[in-house]
Amino acid sequence: MKKEVAIIGVGQSAFVRGYEGSIRELAFESFREAMQDAGITQKEIDASIFCSAPEYDKQRSPAGVLAEYLGLIPQPTLYVETVCSSSSSGVRVAYSMIKAGLHDIVLVLGFQKMSELTSAESQERMGRGADIQWEAPFGTMMPAYYALYAQAYMAKHGVTHEDLMNVRIKASTYGVINDRAVYRKPVRPEDFRAGDPEAKMAAPVAWPLRVGDCCANADGSSCIILANAEKAKALSKKPVWILGIGAASEAVNMAARPDFTRGLSVTYHAAQQAYRMAGITPKDVKVAEVHDCFTIAEIMAYEGLGFAPTGEGKHLIREKATYKEGRIPVNVDGGLLSKGHPIGATGGSQIRTIVLQLRGEAGPMQVPGEPDIGLVHNIGGVGLYGNITILARD
Amino acid sequence: MGFEKFGRKSFTSVTKTSKFVDFLAEGKIEGTVCKDCGEKYFPPRADCSKCLSKDLDWFEMPKKGKLETFTTAYYAPLGFESDPPYSMGVVDFGGGLKLFARLSKEIKPEELRVGMEVTVKPLKYEDGQLSFEITMA
Repeated sequence: MKKEVAIIGVGQSAFVRGYEGSIRELAFESFREAMQDAGITQKEIDASIFCSAPEYDKQRSPAGVLAEYLGLIPQPTLYVETVCSSSSSGVRVAYSMIKAGLHDIVLVLGFQKMSELTSAESQERMGRGADIQWEAPFGTMMPAYYALYAQAYMAKHGVTHEDLMNVRIKASTYGVINDRAVYRKPVRPEDFRAGDPEAKMAAPVAWPLRVGDCCANADGSSCIILANAEKAKALSKKPVWILGIGAASEAVNMAARPDFTRGLSVTYHAAQQAYRMAGITPKDVKVAEVHDCFTIAEIMAYEGLGFAPTGEGKHLIREKATYKEGRIPVNVDGGLLSKGHPIGATGGSQIRTIVLQLRGEAGPMQVPGEPDIGLVHNIGGVGLYGNITILARD
Repeated sequence: MGFEKFGRKSFTSVTKTSKFVDFLAEGKIEGTVCKDCGEKYFPPRADCSKCLSKDLDWFEMPKKGKLETFTTAYYAPLGFESDPPYSMGVVDFGGGLKLFARLSKEIKPEELRVGMEVTVKPLKYEDGQLSFEITMA
């Protein structure tokens, strides 16, 4: 196993609706936890990277402002953005800086305070992550885009609304036991009962997706501290190594998408790169975090990541293979569906979950059998960007 | 200028492809084709990413295609609040040409099927905005 770049500290704020503080204070929450986890001081951090989706930020160019608040000046700082995959892109940049020998230790902080906008405003701005010239004039929004994939995919592969519901029920199973999650209530089949006014998950948002198929906006921050091998071995009792990384992009316009029945192309491309670099196959992955911004996205991700052949992802959820005790546990922290999706913080939060799993520190969410290899799948926009990060313990 | 007239609500005012809107006013839906390498684009582009040419011409889009996928939106973003429910979809004309648009209100959401034969036509809203929509073949 290549041991070149490791994660030596992770932190995450609680993901909440309406964080009572500024972005500086929100950033501090995950920063403090990651610093205490790594057991280092600011002097030891050579550079910082800040990540968010800028359309929600009132503060322009937040990197400098946050670096100062966290005590990370005069070291270099910069901003990285790929919408919902911003913080895993930040980790990719940090990895490259360390691998290049430019820095020994780099801190990546993802954040988002979405609550200052109404849900409609938020959807409109989120839609600006898609094609504003040719698609937004039709009144597009994120659920509608993923619904285009869902419609074609479900029709071809015989995926049902019950399958989608079961993804949400799985997410809630772990949201209930994750004290950092925004949605901590259990979800039951009766919550999806069509036509029942009491069934909060059943109302259509963008058919075939219903309320219960969509993740929740949240405020939150995440922090990941990366180090080269020498520093990681000296500083960390349980370094988690980056085995492989992959990244890809896709046409923004839906008219340029090759095949809606095959899921997001970026998943396939990025996964291939990451597996090759790590020298492993999908069977070696013991625990995974996938980008379940919508229930359909999780089933499509099973296939893009090679956990199931194309069109067969539905069987993993039907057989409960992606539960904690199953063959390939996925999103056992509640995923975006229950944990919440504070855009810029999401990738770092997913990485934190896998780091804790590999260290055996995931508490009630811990996957049994001492997992040694984990995978993080983080998507930006409607598969506009995709990052895959494969992690392993010593 | 001119592109602010495109769609229910435009987010772009200046583009080298704003002639698209003039074609809509004439009842035509046009894409662009590269004069150097023949690559066809919809939505239209001013520049060819295949051969790097800036010399593109207009061509009229095919009329008949198949509905590749669709959705019906029950909520709308800011500025579209009075519109839901409305359906949107992707038409595949074959040969690599596809189009994304709203579906005509004449088609009921429950009548929509993946693979159904559809056509596209220009559309003028009451406020003068110009667009195009997918409708029954």
